[in-house]
Amino acid sequence: MSRAGTRRVDNSVAVRMGSEPSRAVRWIILGVVGLVFCIPIVAMVVFSFKDGLGGGYTLAHWSGLFDEDAARTYRNLFTGIGNSLLLAVVTVAIVLVVLLPTMILVHLQFPRLRRTLEFICIIPITVPAIVLVVGLAPVYSVVVKVVGGSVWTLALAYGITVLPYAYRAIQSNLDAVDVITLSEAGRTLSANWGKILWFVLLPNLKRGVLAASFISVAVVLGEFTIASLLNRTNLQTALLQVSQSDPYVAVIFALLALALAFLLLLSIGRIGRTRTGSSS
Amino acid sequence: MTVANAPVLVSDAAESSTRRHSPSGPATRRPLRGLVKYLGLTPFAVYVVLFLAIPTTIAVVSGFFTDDGAFTFDNVLGLFAPNVLATFGSSFWVSAVTAVVGAVVGALVCYALLGTRADGPLRSFIDSASSVLAQFGGVMLAFAFIAAIGSQGLITVLLKDVFGLDIFANGVWLYQVQGLLPVYIYFQVPLMIITFMPALSGLKLQWAEANATLGGTRFTYWTRIAFPVLAPSFFGSLLLLFANAFSSYATAAALISQGAQIVPLQIRAALVSETVLGRENMAGALALGMVIVMVVVMWGYSVLQNRTSRWQK
Repeated sequence: MSRAGTRRVDNSVAVRMGSEPSRAVRWIILGVVGLVFCIPIVAMVVFSFKDGLGGGYTLAHWSGLFDEDAARTYRNLFTGIGNSLLLAVVTVAIVLVVLLPTMILVHLQFPRLRRTLEFICIIPITVPAIVLVVGLAPVYSVVVKVVGGSVWTLALAYGITVLPYAYRAIQSNLDAVDVITLSEAGRTLSANWGKILWFVLLPNLKRGVLAASFISVAVVLGEFTIASLLNRTNLQTALLQVSQSDPYVAVIFALLALALAFLLLLSIGRIGRTRTGSSS
Repeated sequence: MTVANAPVLVSDAAESSTRRHSPSGPATRRPLRGLVKYLGLTPFAVYVVLFLAIPTTIAVVSGFFTDDGAFTFDNVLGLFAPNVLATFGSSFWVSAVTAVVGAVVGALVCYALLGTRADGPLRSFIDSASSVLAQFGGVMLAFAFIAAIGSQGLITVLLKDVFGLDIFANGVWLYQVQGLLPVYIYFQVPLMIITFMPALSGLKLQWAEANATLGGTRFTYWTRIAFPVLAPSFFGSLLLLFANAFSSYATAAALISQGAQIVPLQIRAALVSETVLGRENMAGALALGMVIVMVVVMWGYSVLQNRTSRWQK
């Protein structure tokens, strides 16, 4: 990243030698692809203002959300949103309570297990949700018997689907911080492991932990496969259901969800940047 | 097969880590006392066994059993029924087409981004937008395409009114397998940008300089240096895109509400109706078929990634 400044200076040289695109070529490519990629999003925005099929435009679909009886009309949708938010919170809790301590422990005490842990954490890419859900159905019939069928239980499956993303976010932070020296410094100053974890390691891992949390929230808010095939209600299944009766509201909420996910991921980038900027 | 790979990786890791850590030696690390530190691993281990290992095993193995628990090859042989083979065929076709188009367009965008600041606003905007579109679209992308090129969509109507062009002259194909192509490409290109950008920005300016010093042209730079160096990464990303399309379910489910046109939709049909082709546990057999394809593709991906990382450092 620090190279970026020097690269920019050399840009004209690179362009002349053909290793980098000229300004015109760059903006033609980005312009054309960007334009094409804007079309579906713009179409959604336009659609959300459409007044039926007869043409004409209206604000009614947006203002309808604030009606007194909106809560009743879109009850299912609001349930889905509520469920997804709860699931996001529980999933983040799983990442922070189960994955994070294990990663720190492995990093400090079981360096030989690092590759194994990495391997486990990327399995969910090879075993996609649509495959996992086939085996999750019987598992959940047991889960329901043991802890009941509450909404939050779905987060137990989501904790697995976010593993690759959360792992990558935390690991890149772990690699960048000298965790071993830090914890030894803590030990020398006679802190116990709890104190080291809380006062020494976590503040240094804040960036990775935040990034892992945000990306987990984004994944959970977008999850459809598992919820749908286990007959649960979350934001995405509710959106699909609402779209059959009121496509305008479905599109409005889809736009809002996409915007929220975009902001979450944009802030991950920001967190990373400010930290590297100030510490190096 | 995924699990079978694990021991190899473990022994591999053990070797490399002893080599890496031998100078400082384990004595410099203060070990937690005995049992306690192993206890620390149990929550994650239990969790992963319960919600990853067991479901995966059930998914892959259940195809070999009837509902009564008797062993059978019936379901797995069902994978070779003509209509199931046709489903796998269209899944391969959709994944291959969208992976190739996505990889080429995505690589072009990466090329266009060369020479921009990695921490500048343009790159961070494209990074975040790519992540959103690549991984979290699902159902919402289906809405977006219905709004754009559905039968009353913005573009459909525009083309008809302005150019007199009816894109659905031969029937509305958006809700069929062909309809998946534009939508899948829409999330494949961003995934390509995310995975291929690090490789492309790893090209060193010195290589271009060396090429120029030795009298090479732009053409020789790309054909003799950049393409060979980027090839493993490009084809690796291509495989990742293929796997991504092959395993994606949400968008297809939202667009195609009934039927079993691609493998994930056939799994849906098998799960919902319990019997496909008059067989129980067909979902398990389909899941097994899918996992086999995914393991092969992802294995190829990791081989190519390892070749890439050789020069990326």
